[in-house]
Amino acid sequence: MIAYIIRRLLAAAGTLFVVSVLTFGIFYMFPRLAGATPETLASRYVGRSATAETVKATANALGFYDPVTVQYWHWAKGIFVGADYNLGTGVEHCPAPCLGYSFISRTPVWPDLLDRFPVTLSLAIGASVLWLAGGLAVGVLSALRRGTVLDRTAMMVALAGVSMPIFWTGLMALSFFSYRWGLFPGGGSYVAFTENPIRWAYALMLPWITLAFLFSAQYARLTRAGMLETMNEDFIRTARAKGLVERDVVVKHGLRAALTPILTIFGLDFGLLIGGAVLTENVFSLNGLGKYAVIGISDQDMPKIMGVTLVAAFFIVLSNLVVDLLYAFVDPRVRLK
Amino acid sequence: MSFLEVKDLRVHFPTDDGLVKSVDGLSFHLDRGKTLGIVGESGSGKSVTSLSIMGLHKAGTARISGEIFLDGQELVGATPDEVRALRGKRMAMIFQDPLSAMHPFYTVGHQIIEAYRVHNQVSKQVARKHAIEMLDRVGIPQPDRRVDAYPHQFSGGMRQRAMIAMALSCDPDLLIADEPTTALDVTVQAQILDLIRDLQREFNSAVIIITHDLGVVAELADDIQVMYAGRAIEYGTAEDIFDRPQHPYTWGLLGSMPRIDQERTERLIPIKGTPPSLINVPSGCAFHPRCNYASLTGGASESEVPELLDIGDGHRVACHLTAEQRRKSWETDIKPKL
Amino acid sequence: MNARRKTVIAALSALALALTACGGSGGSTSNSGSSSKAEFNAAMNKVFNASDKKGGTIKYADESAPDSVDPGDTYYGSQWDMIRNWGRSLTMFKVAPGDASNELVGDLADGLGKASDNAKTWTYKLRSGLKYEDGTPITSKDVKYAVERSTAKEVHPDGPAYFDTMLNWPAGWKGAYLSKGMNTDSAITTPDDLTIVFHLKAPFAGFDYLAMTPQTIPVPQAKDTGAKYKEHVISSGPYKFDSYQDAKGYVLVRNDQWDQSTDANRKALPDRIEMSMNVNAEDIDNRIIAGDLDVAVTGVGVTPATQTRVLSDPNLKARADNPTLGRFQYVSINPTVKPFDNIECRKAVMYGMDKTAYQTAYGGEFAGGELASNLMPPVIPGQQKFNMYETPDSKGDEAKAKDALTKCGFPNGFSTNITFRTERPKEKAAAEAFQQSLAKIGIKLTPKGFPRKDYFSTYAGNPPYVVKNNLGLVVNSWGADWNDGFGFLSQIVDSRVIRDTGGSSNTSVRIPEVDKLLDQASVELDKSKREALWVEIDKKVMEQAVIYPGLWAKTLMVRGQNLTNVFVNDQYGMYDYLSLGKP
Repeated sequence: MIAYIIRRLLAAAGTLFVVSVLTFGIFYMFPRLAGATPETLASRYVGRSATAETVKATANALGFYDPVTVQYWHWAKGIFVGADYNLGTGVEHCPAPCLGYSFISRTPVWPDLLDRFPVTLSLAIGASVLWLAGGLAVGVLSALRRGTVLDRTAMMVALAGVSMPIFWTGLMALSFFSYRWGLFPGGGSYVAFTENPIRWAYALMLPWITLAFLFSAQYARLTRAGMLETMNEDFIRTARAKGLVERDVVVKHGLRAALTPILTIFGLDFGLLIGGAVLTENVFSLNGLGKYAVIGISDQDMPKIMGVTLVAAFFIVLSNLVVDLLYAFVDPRVRLK
Repeated sequence: MSFLEVKDLRVHFPTDDGLVKSVDGLSFHLDRGKTLGIVGESGSGKSVTSLSIMGLHKAGTARISGEIFLDGQELVGATPDEVRALRGKRMAMIFQDPLSAMHPFYTVGHQIIEAYRVHNQVSKQVARKHAIEMLDRVGIPQPDRRVDAYPHQFSGGMRQRAMIAMALSCDPDLLIADEPTTALDVTVQAQILDLIRDLQREFNSAVIIITHDLGVVAELADDIQVMYAGRAIEYGTAEDIFDRPQHPYTWGLLGSMPRIDQERTERLIPIKGTPPSLINVPSGCAFHPRCNYASLTGGASESEVPELLDIGDGHRVACHLTAEQRRKSWETDIKPKL
Repeated sequence: MNARRKTVIAALSALALALTACGGSGGSTSNSGSSSKAEFNAAMNKVFNASDKKGGTIKYADESAPDSVDPGDTYYGSQWDMIRNWGRSLTMFKVAPGDASNELVGDLADGLGKASDNAKTWTYKLRSGLKYEDGTPITSKDVKYAVERSTAKEVHPDGPAYFDTMLNWPAGWKGAYLSKGMNTDSAITTPDDLTIVFHLKAPFAGFDYLAMTPQTIPVPQAKDTGAKYKEHVISSGPYKFDSYQDAKGYVLVRNDQWDQSTDANRKALPDRIEMSMNVNAEDIDNRIIAGDLDVAVTGVGVTPATQTRVLSDPNLKARADNPTLGRFQYVSINPTVKPFDNIECRKAVMYGMDKTAYQTAYGGEFAGGELASNLMPPVIPGQQKFNMYETPDSKGDEAKAKDALTKCGFPNGFSTNITFRTERPKEKAAAEAFQQSLAKIGIKLTPKGFPRKDYFSTYAGNPPYVVKNNLGLVVNSWGADWNDGFGFLSQIVDSRVIRDTGGSSNTSVRIPEVDKLLDQASVELDKSKREALWVEIDKKVMEQAVIYPGLWAKTLMVRGQNLTNVFVNDQYGMYDYLSLGKP
């Protein structure tokens, strides 16, 4: 088992390396394919009224004349030992891990990521707890009462939930629950957990519920399908034949077996959410990683985008790994001996 | 009354295509310490019968009528909770494929312990000890280690033994074995059948063996019931069925069974035609479309449902042929070929 | 909306514009009027809900983030409006509704600058007794330093480049950081602590406008941390930074070192100002409507979804204002691309296009803008409205257009390309409107999108690229740095700003007489003579048909529910952020 974990960790590191190379390559390649030169790239950072000299100087300072491998090497090295950037007023030190330095906001990217990560994590954790609980419950009930009014209604609501875009449900939720009826605080009212846990939960309640609505719909359908399949398995019949009460049959034998693929998907969804809760964070004005990505994109600030991409990739790889390990733990047939 | 009494059991399933009459008027009985073999093709109603006894049909899917008495307690009209209390405790069932019939995520020990603790208020340690004992009893080596193994870590035969251990953990009076050896090698089959017989003797349980394989019942059964299209068409002791079969269908079963003690001169004789639809059961004798002798009954096979009649010493058959007609056909056509 | 209503509105607009034009040269129209009755445009040309009550917190929100709170590094109009809360520049526009705000008055300086040496030298005298938030006195050296550091484009890339190009810097000047210690007396001198003198390379009559830009807000050299200065800007205004978080927001509290008696322009009513950045745009609209938020600071107007709500709900419409901005939406017609080298082919475009479709593409009459028939928008003092290419209902005149085509030798039309910025859906819609409209007279246009960041430097504003790729028409947009003829016209009609390396908004105007008139106006000290010159330039450019005027932009804004002293400051085209208070 230990050897397996070590192997997976090495594979994860390898994946991250490949992701970083690809991302860097894309950001390097695409502007050049569109005809950009080091000067036009540098002109992004110098504002409307820069002279040609300033542009060249900036291009030099930013290393745009270096070949791509050198640029990548500088950036990658920075992750481990930090990097120095020469600006007009002096040398900016970007301490390790230096995931990049944003010349547009004049700060290293890592502290921003670190600052915004708890927001996204809070959003992900709260929403995922809600959607798991809700989705599983509805899915199991629907499966057990297949074909009834309850089942059909639940699945229709689920379909609606999956179909409605979050930027609509979110704005509607804010409009009614926050501004019209004053039940919840409005957008942009995030408070850190360490500061005030009650207000933290209260301010996140609406984003949690809105995001959970979207996902729980998916999970209800998944659980229902999984349960319908599992409840037809032979071991369910055996469980009943032993004289178990129906609730134990459904939960201990049915749900237990149906849950494993759902947990896999959950792990992946959670990992994706860390880097990708862009729409939710935008609608609710939460200053998390998703919002940071949007800022980076609209400013065409590559270091910011690289930073978020790597963090997102890291979490997806991590969640994949956790899910794999969890799977081996949960389903004994998968364990390597 | 016998330990198990089934009276005029009918199990019908309403479906979109029509009413499926899986069991349509079945009566038999079984005493403790005895083994009944129920034989028939797929769709003959043998599994449905056993599931009805156990009360394992999904509520609302089956229409069950008739009576089933287990040690005097009537099951068809009983509440689901009453029947559930009996399951595992007084009647138990083992299934054809032990790998799919056991939960893949729990250890064998856990599943046996679970079965035991449903009906017995004991601590986990006590139950575990009992589980180890059961595993030992069914002949699994190193039971104290295997109790923590998972079903997929057992070989086929060991798995079936474990399932038997699980079924018998509460010492039930009735054991129903539904195709217990179909998924196993021939050599392992014999071991399992021996085991069942030993356990029956030890616990004095009543055993029903359901199978399509006559070889299995030849070993084990005291009495044999042959079913076709939801009804019993012949009933008798093992000797009756093998030495003096009366129903053309039984003849067909015997003829299509490869026997190790015969010369391999003749080809196997299959039964012509296909199993009947249970929605549109053939009129009269359900077997008549496939029967080589239906013409001899002068039309009765097509119009009248034959009753299961005693032809002497408890040997019963449901057929319109006269005893004489049967004897002649048996002597001339069937017996020489077997 | 039917044709009759449109004509009426057009007529009313024309009337209103005429009145504005008449009142533009110096005299002030009613700006002391105020009202508390909520109605549409209640904050236009008058103060809505006037009050002198102090106290309270005003909440602002920004759907993105400003370029910078550092006075040496900002170009956004909304930021120039806001920055006056923590910074005082040498001069400022008078704080009043309507065209009274066209007048420049002294802020840090006690009055306007004194020109000498034929407007090559400008002298300002600072008020005495002014202090920063930490009590240190503000001197002319701080203003000099502020201007010097604003030329350091590698640290402060945003912000205008007027000082950089116009002042007489010493040879090899690379900005305050790279050329630290260099003597810059050739550009700026400070004979004493309260006097500052600017020396230009060439005469320029409008220097008071440059003195108005935030780059003259004083910065104490000892406290200048370069790129990090924005994290704590030292205030010279009525408020100072209590906290600042990049990309998240800031809080301003009262600066007790600011002396009201030295400042006639600021009322400083609220005790506290809170700014949240990167807030969802639709959310901002909802919150302002609900009263949860006071001001949408960018002043770009409500989102399209909210527009419909506001215009159709009488209660909301009564809270809305619809100012015309100094922003001009137009299309450059490039004479360097054949067959636009022939004026008749250009006139075909002027007659052939349906201007109302242009308006629709930009969002209609409320959110898109007024139909423009010449260059300068009504808010430019001295502006005159005229139309050299009249078409019925501004919908285009097919007959006249076809006539022009015949005259230029292409009776059946021709093909060319029209460019737009891909990130701007309205520009794309405008390009498509042109495509559809001109197709009727046989001109086949292919819309081509280019990225915003390189639009002028690499593509539509790069002359060799334009010629090589047949970019006959360029969807364009221009907002003046300040509302005067120079600020509006110089960057879009001066042929000398066109560089072969690209980068200028002017892609099509190369008229020698216009260049001469511009030079004349830039040294004309007499205001009314100057303004007459701008009008002449406007006419000459229109005669040459090198610019198709589309719209003078308008925005639809909603007033916060609980605010006093709300009025649109014509100089910024949005509410005045210096005057707001809480009831």
